[in-house]
Amino acid sequence: MQIFENSNFDFMGKRKMCYAISAIIIVIGLISIMMNGGLKYNIDFEGGLSLEIAPHPIDKNIDYLTVDQVRDALVKNNITDAEIQEFPVSKSFLIRTKSSTRIGDTIVEIIKAEFPEHTKGENLIRSQEEVGPRAGADLRKKAVNAVLISLLFILAYVWIRFKFTWGIAAALALFHDTLITLSILSLAGKEIGMTVLAALLTIVGYSINDTIVVFDRIREDLKIYRKDDEYHVFNRSINEILGRTAITSFTTLLADMALLIFGGQVIHDFAFTLLIGIIVGTYSSIFIATAFIMDTVIATKKRSKSAVKK
Amino acid sequence: MRRNTLRTVAIVVFLLVTFFYLSPLVLPKTYDKTTNTEKIKKPFTFWTEKLLKLGLDLRGGMEINLYVDLSEIHTETERKDAVKAAVEVIQNRIDQFGVAEPSIQTVGEDKIVVQLPGLRDFSRAKDLIGKTALLEFKLVATADETQRVIEQLDLWLSQNYQNYPFLNVLNDADFKDDEILKTDTEEETDKIEWHQEIMSYLVNSGVQSMTVSHENKTLLRQLLKDEAFKNALVERGFQILPNKENLINPKADLELYVLYPTASLTGSYLTNAETRMGGQGDFMNANKPYVSLKFNREGSRMFERVTAQNLKRRLAIVLDDVVYVAPVIQDRIRGGEAQITGSFTLEECNDLVIVLKAGNLPAPVEIGEERIVGPSLGSDSIKQGAKAVVIAVVLVMIFMVIYYKLSGIISVIALFLKIGFIFAALTYFEATLTLPGIAGIILTIGMAVDANVLIFERIKEELKVGKTVRNSIDAGFSRAIITIVDANITTLITAAVLYQFGSGSVRGFAVTLTIGILASMFTAILVSRAIFDTFVSNKNRDTLSI
Repeated sequence: MQIFENSNFDFMGKRKMCYAISAIIIVIGLISIMMNGGLKYNIDFEGGLSLEIAPHPIDKNIDYLTVDQVRDALVKNNITDAEIQEFPVSKSFLIRTKSSTRIGDTIVEIIKAEFPEHTKGENLIRSQEEVGPRAGADLRKKAVNAVLISLLFILAYVWIRFKFTWGIAAALALFHDTLITLSILSLAGKEIGMTVLAALLTIVGYSINDTIVVFDRIREDLKIYRKDDEYHVFNRSINEILGRTAITSFTTLLADMALLIFGGQVIHDFAFTLLIGIIVGTYSSIFIATAFIMDTVIATKKRSKSAVKK
Repeated sequence: MRRNTLRTVAIVVFLLVTFFYLSPLVLPKTYDKTTNTEKIKKPFTFWTEKLLKLGLDLRGGMEINLYVDLSEIHTETERKDAVKAAVEVIQNRIDQFGVAEPSIQTVGEDKIVVQLPGLRDFSRAKDLIGKTALLEFKLVATADETQRVIEQLDLWLSQNYQNYPFLNVLNDADFKDDEILKTDTEEETDKIEWHQEIMSYLVNSGVQSMTVSHENKTLLRQLLKDEAFKNALVERGFQILPNKENLINPKADLELYVLYPTASLTGSYLTNAETRMGGQGDFMNANKPYVSLKFNREGSRMFERVTAQNLKRRLAIVLDDVVYVAPVIQDRIRGGEAQITGSFTLEECNDLVIVLKAGNLPAPVEIGEERIVGPSLGSDSIKQGAKAVVIAVVLVMIFMVIYYKLSGIISVIALFLKIGFIFAALTYFEATLTLPGIAGIILTIGMAVDANVLIFERIKEELKVGKTVRNSIDAGFSRAIITIVDANITTLITAAVLYQFGSGSVRGFAVTLTIGILASMFTAILVSRAIFDTFVSNKNRDTLSI
């Protein structure tokens, strides 16, 4: 079996259009981020409380609690800024606040006092995370550093193995992937936390992997087809490895879908971010990284031509 | 040919290591309820004692990040001491907790990360860790008093031993034999019941202090913790506290001190503590390190009174109910400046200074982050993670076999070996498997086949050009390897950055990702190649199922 056998798409001819598409998505994303007043961070980066409790009734004759009951109990005790979400499968509630003082233990006490018939069990607290503002700011700074440093290292590696402009192209493509992913996350109303950061860096890893495969083939073909101009060599290389690109993205997407659907609540955002990243990362290897090299080649040629004219 | 033998050796080693460290998954285990840990059952421990460790997010537990407020402290050494003091205090309290694998790490200048896997009693742990430390100076009872206390406790325990079922282990042959010997020498005719001399049996009293052998430590600690036992002691005017555990030799005897429960002084009167070196002129302490203490005015008065009244007695320095050192009072000390001398090493002096400072923490500690994962969420995560792994493997497997036919089966074998290797490597390095770690495994399942896909596609291309099967395989592998190495090294770079900057569970992800990448390079390049070679060299094939 073979997909894309003898394919001959004119990828490089579409690059201007793709620049435009990427630019539009990023602009829409940036507008959405600005309208939200910046990126939405979760408590990892901003501080606050995330508490999941499972108030299960002590015997069968008592009903499970509803979101409204929990909210009313908290409001009655002057906790008004809590966001409450229900997980029907585990019959639990996720309570989140951005409050900077530590109130997790207080909330647990309130729930215990208000619903004594639901809180006798051992496993009332499923998870509790509280992050102070200082710790959140620390992590945020680290996250930005992590992304930038990995970009720098990759730039250096590609520069050593290929060429400087190729390194720039690879880093640019990764930056593009990060921006598009953040844009789509903002549009989807997702919050950015530690797991999303891990997903972002994984995307960087996946995307550079894909980019290198393309670069590698181009380098090889440039040596074989010395007489052809770059435009055709680039197109030929991408077409040659199109089958591999499609299969790898597909298997990774398969694995990620399994994670997204069956991995459970904690890992959901990670899998979702990765889903965007796999698509964007594959796309950017061709339409951003390779296309950028194409444009630098054309620009150098123009310059040397005009130099000859003079 | 030589390359092939080398390859065979590498593959055999790879397989052996993988199977060896996967074996703990199937060996019978025992479960310790109090610490929520699993251990490999006794007769099988000769094989291996390593087990796959689950992270806090999978087995449940608590992580607390504390920040030491250093804003009031200006010199570098004092900042370091303040953080060390805080760590000492926390370490001390966690030791009393009985968590199986606690971890306390200092991160950066002022952050302390405490992890308590398997912990269930979250609120008690929080109370304990957040509490300020208490440093006390308490007088040690005299030898006569100590002897009397042991006798009184023997009596008390013989009346109350039914309340302490754990003491029943003492009611065995060993103990009786011991007693018979004793009764013989004392020429008593009455038979002594096992419960009549419990305390005398448990401790070996010496001139300086009492000790407990390693075997009886847990028993004694259980007694010391008991409220009724403590009250019985206090009613008689005493208290028994353990010495700091010997960290170098955990099987060493534990020292116990009988003390007066009321503190002569507390750490709040202490203004400074530091290590000094004895000068040349100092007859007793020439060139020897010692610890110097300084009290404030009120403390100085109290200290003078205590030392004057208790010359030649021992004064224990107690932090959070653990005795660190019990020096003998040599002189009446005026002016509030005292020295603790003895044959200390420089390191021991520095440790003691940290303990003394901990009791009067100059830098307050505040909880910056706290993460609790209850056992139910943890087990849900394991179930869902396992399900996702299985489904991902099956989907990828089906696809590869449909698309690459027999060659697809080779990649599936490589995939299984690789997943096995990830778990084996995690066990070997005693790294922890976290939920993001499971995500990392699933992701490398998808990406793992990439190396095989690169090779297979390359072989297909070569076949299309008209090369023979043999040549296509050679060319396919040798060309694809360059690409695979380049592509994977860049991914390793991001994994390394992730490890460096991530915390806790994200690090687990970076570790599995790294192991996964290395393993997939190995399995794709060496193992797949070996399988191809075996099949192709057997016959002069002219077709390849790919």
